[in-house]
Order: sequence, then structure tokens, then C-alpha cells
Amino acid sequence: MTAEPLLSVRDLRVEFSTAAGVVTAVDGASFDVRRGETVALLGESGSGKSVTAQAVLGIVPKPAGRVTGGSIHYDGRDLLTLPAPAKRELRGREIAMVFQDPLSSLNPVFRVGAQIGEMFRRHRGASRKEARAQALELMRRVGIPAAEKRLDDYPHQFSGGMRQRVMIAMALALSPRLLIADEPTTALDVTVQAQIMDLLARLQDEEGMSLVLITHDLGVVADVADRVVLMYAGRVVEAGPIREVYEHSAHPYTTGLMGSLPAIDGPRERLTPIQGGPPDLLDLPSGCSFRPRCNFADQLCADEEPALLDAPGRPLPHSSACHHSGKVLSDAF
Amino acid sequence: MTDVTSTDLDVALVATPAKARARGRAGSARIRFGLTVIILYAVAAAIGPWIVRFDPVATRTQDRLKPPFSRLSDGSLAIFGTDQVGQDLLAQMLQGARISIAVGLATLLLAGTIGVTVGLAAGYFGGWLDSVLMRLADIQLAFPSILLAIFIAALLGPSVVNVVIVLAVSNWVTFARVTRGQALATRRREFVDASRTLGAGTWRLIRRCVLPACIAPVLVVATVEIGHVILAEASLSFLGLGTPASTPSWGVTIANGRNYLADAWWISTVPGIALAFLVVSLGVLGDALRDRYDPRLRSL
Repeated sequence: MTAEPLLSVRDLRVEFSTAAGVVTAVDGASFDVRRGETVALLGESGSGKSVTAQAVLGIVPKPAGRVTGGSIHYDGRDLLTLPAPAKRELRGREIAMVFQDPLSSLNPVFRVGAQIGEMFRRHRGASRKEARAQALELMRRVGIPAAEKRLDDYPHQFSGGMRQRVMIAMALALSPRLLIADEPTTALDVTVQAQIMDLLARLQDEEGMSLVLITHDLGVVADVADRVVLMYAGRVVEAGPIREVYEHSAHPYTTGLMGSLPAIDGPRERLTPIQGGPPDLLDLPSGCSFRPRCNFADQLCADEEPALLDAPGRPLPHSSACHHSGKVLSDAF
Repeated sequence: MTDVTSTDLDVALVATPAKARARGRAGSARIRFGLTVIILYAVAAAIGPWIVRFDPVATRTQDRLKPPFSRLSDGSLAIFGTDQVGQDLLAQMLQGARISIAVGLATLLLAGTIGVTVGLAAGYFGGWLDSVLMRLADIQLAFPSILLAIFIAALLGPSVVNVVIVLAVSNWVTFARVTRGQALATRRREFVDASRTLGAGTWRLIRRCVLPACIAPVLVVATVEIGHVILAEASLSFLGLGTPASTPSWGVTIANGRNYLADAWWISTVPGIALAFLVVSLGVLGDALRDRYDPRLRSL
């Protein structure tokens, strides 16, 4: 394994100006994505996971939002300082993205075959005929039945799952090395969710690309991801290999998320939801932002913001941003 | 469930095909009516002047001010009568239709191009560019357009090209506003972000994502506006600031008949009715198209 990660986000800060004041959507988030690895970026609404992805691709909504600090290194180049034309060359060829709602992320006025083919025409200078042939090939690869018949259909003629397959086909057209999927299954039926996750896992395996899965659903990523990065209120609160984090959570937020999941094979018990609601980003508590919802909170948590440190007594690389991670770890058993 | 519904629908379609179709889509009858009238006018304007020759400098004093359906001295029938210099009104109107429609289309093309470009720039890029362009549009709107048209026409002098320029200057704002609104709405749509993440540049995003979304509303605006434009051209010509007398548009003919209203009402009235009918038909078509294609009305 090469030492240098493919994507390295360091101390990323993204702010949004709203009528009520400046919101820090991402507040010093750091994580790495290595070559060929699947990383799950996990968090509830407003935790900054989608904004982080937008920052990587340089599509933070302007003029309200802007990146105010940190760095995003892709393959040794800082994406935040890269000139626009060079960045545009990276998009699609090197980094691609799949969005949450496949209907609104496809252009409604063009046929899907043309939209997929556009990738080859734009980036590879392919002829109309070549692009069409390659689009057909891709549609077969992502498992669209009767692809040659559906090539000339419009996005609204497809079902949700098939639309997402079209979107994935577009994203994979140029064999990117990093695919970011922003809640790719949230808008889909449960049965279709599994199919799309399987498809993403299979394609990731075939292409050997890195995959960043953004989701709020622990279950969706459990079988697919190698590592998990948990975000809360714009900060990374816990990161590590997925089994390690699931079985030995070192942050009360992760423990809480686990507690609110029903176990399919375990005993039937009452679920324990996390107390309180998501934090108001305009008015974050002092110190640790999870403090008001945490059973472990004490004076130290109010005084000092916890840093992301190695979880005590656990094999590396497992890190947690909690003053009491030792206690959280031992409490679980 | 689905089978039952589709069978029912089939039965209904077989039973009353025309009615079912009319109910199926908004304003089909109005669209057909509007289109028929406009096509008739367009055909008349295109081939009419070849069949009924019009010579702008010919005068035949023995045939002056003949009422509709009179025989002329050369034995031909003047369906719409003749004007004060003995010219056949029908020939003059067919020639006028050419000019009125040509001026209308040319104006729409010019105003549409300016308006769509400005609207796209303002809506897509936003910021100070949007503010500057839209304030410019506000100023334009605040100023009475016919006054502005008279002012410009007086400066440039009467000619067909100048009329087009004058009318385009006073009509681009509507196109700019509609396009800007559509561009603003589309720019925020997810598929624009999706295209960007897949490597599309600004120019490609505007051309492939934003512009196609603007076409339907712009076409609707164009059908509504063309009526206004033809009317405005007639007004300018009526005031003597439009097309010169050698290329008599309907406005010129109507103005010429003004002095003879008491003795020869048809000189002004017949082209006036023709003009009104065309403008009303265009308005009906525009409204029907808006009912069908405006997404805000569709949900009602």
C-alpha cells in the first residue's frame, strides 16, 4: 500500500452566510481516502457531510457558501488552490459524483443515451456514433435491462433505481479514480437500495477506484465500507475501520447511533434514541458540540473542545474526539 | 387496477375521440384556432403580392375612393374598395401584411436574442452583473415604450430597419426578465451541479442545461409579444414614424384613410379589422400556449 492517500482533507472549514448570521457548516474536518478504499462519511442532516463533498468538487453553493480554511489534496495537488480549468479537467476524469435524487440530477430535456454519451464527446472528443455505442455499453454494465431500447428514453421514463443506474453510468464513463456518492440510495425503495449498493460495490471492485459514500444510514454502508468517518456539527467525531468503530465505538454519538438501530437477529428490546435534537449551527454550545445530548458530559466538556485523538487502548488507526473516550469504550462492555 | 383504467380510457377514446383529446390537453382548440389564422395570414403575406400586383407609385384618379365590391375602370373587382389615389386596397393590404409580419418577426428575433442573452447572463452569473442588467431593464420599463420608440424613430428617421431597431429596444426587457427567472431557477437545479461535477464548463452548462429550460417560456412570450410588436409598428407608421409610404404597412394605410373616414370608411376600417383579428389570434395562441407549457399554471 502506498503511504500517500488519494484524497486528503485537512482542517477543512466551510462557512455559509445566512440572514441570521454566519454558519460554519464544516469546522476543521480532516480525513483521508486511500486508493481503492471505500470510506463511509456518516452523519445526520446538517452535520456537514454533503458540504464536505461539495468542497472536494468545488461546487459549494456561491455566493452564500465559501471555503474559509484548510486544504483538500487530491493525488498531491491542492484542489482549493488549483486554477479553474485544471480543476475542470479533474472533474469527471478523476473525480466524479453521484447525487441523492437521480431525477433532479439528470437533465430532463435530453435523452439518457445522449447524456451518457456527452461524457465521451466532451472529454474524449468521440463522434456521435462512438459516444452512442459507448453509452450503450455502459448502460449494460450498470445493469439496465434492454439497454438498446432505453437509450432514447428521457429520464422521466425511468424508475428511480434505473435513473440512479444512469447517473452511476455517467459518473463512471471516464473511469474516475475517486467516486463520491452523496446519499445515493436515500431517495430509493429499500429493495432498490440494496441493488444500488451492490452495484456500487461491484463497480468499485472492478475499477479499483476509491469510493466515498455519504449517508446517514448506518445499515446501508455496513457491508460495503472499509472505513467510516463520523461527522457531527461540522466536525469529525470518530474515524476508523468500520468493524472496529461499530463494535468498539469510542464516541458517545456513535454509541447513541448504534443504540437507535434495531438488531435484526438480536433480542427484541426497546430502542434508545439519542436525546435532544441536532445542534443549532448558529448557536453551538461551548466546548464539545455534542455535550447537551451526552450522558458523559461534565465541566471539562463545556470548557474545552475535544481534539481528534487515537482511541485509548485500541489498535490504530481508530480515532475519536471525546474527552471520555476511554470511559465510553469500557462502558460498552 | 392499471388494466381496468387503461381499458376504460380506451373505451372513452373510441366513443368520443375529439372530446377526449380536447379534454386531454389544455387549450387544444384555442391553439388550433390561433395557428390556423396565423398560417392563413402568413400564406397570404407570402404569396398574395404575387397574385395581386401592387405598384406603390401608380395612381388612377378615375378609380378613387371606390367602395368595396366595385368594378374598376379596367374591369377588375375591388373586393375591399380603393383608396384616395385609386389603388386597390386588397393589394395594398397583402403587401402590408408582408411588411407587418416581417417587421414583427425580425423584431422578435432581435429583441429575443438581446433579451435571452441578457437574461441568461443576469440569471446565471448573478451578483453585480445581475443588478446592473436588471436595473437597466427597470429603467427601460419605467419609461413609456411608445414614447421611447417615437424618440428613437425621430432620431433615426423612418425606414423598415429603423422600425425593427426601435421596437427591439423597447421589447427586449420582457424576454430578459422571463429568461432570467428561468435561468435562476434552473441554475440551482441538481442536474446543473451534476453536470459540473462531471466536468462541464460554464459555456457548456449554459448551452446544455440552462438554455433548453428557457426555450418553452420564451416561445410563449414571443407569441404574446408579436401581437404587441405588430400593433406598435402600426402605431408608429400611423404617426408617420414607421415604415415610409413606399412600403405601406397596415399602419400607413390606416393613417392614409384617416382624412377620408367620413366619405370612404373602408380605407382605414378594413386594414384595421385585419390587424385586430391577427393580434387577437396571436393573443389567443399565446395564452393557450402559456396554459399548456407554463409549469406554474400546470400544477393548478
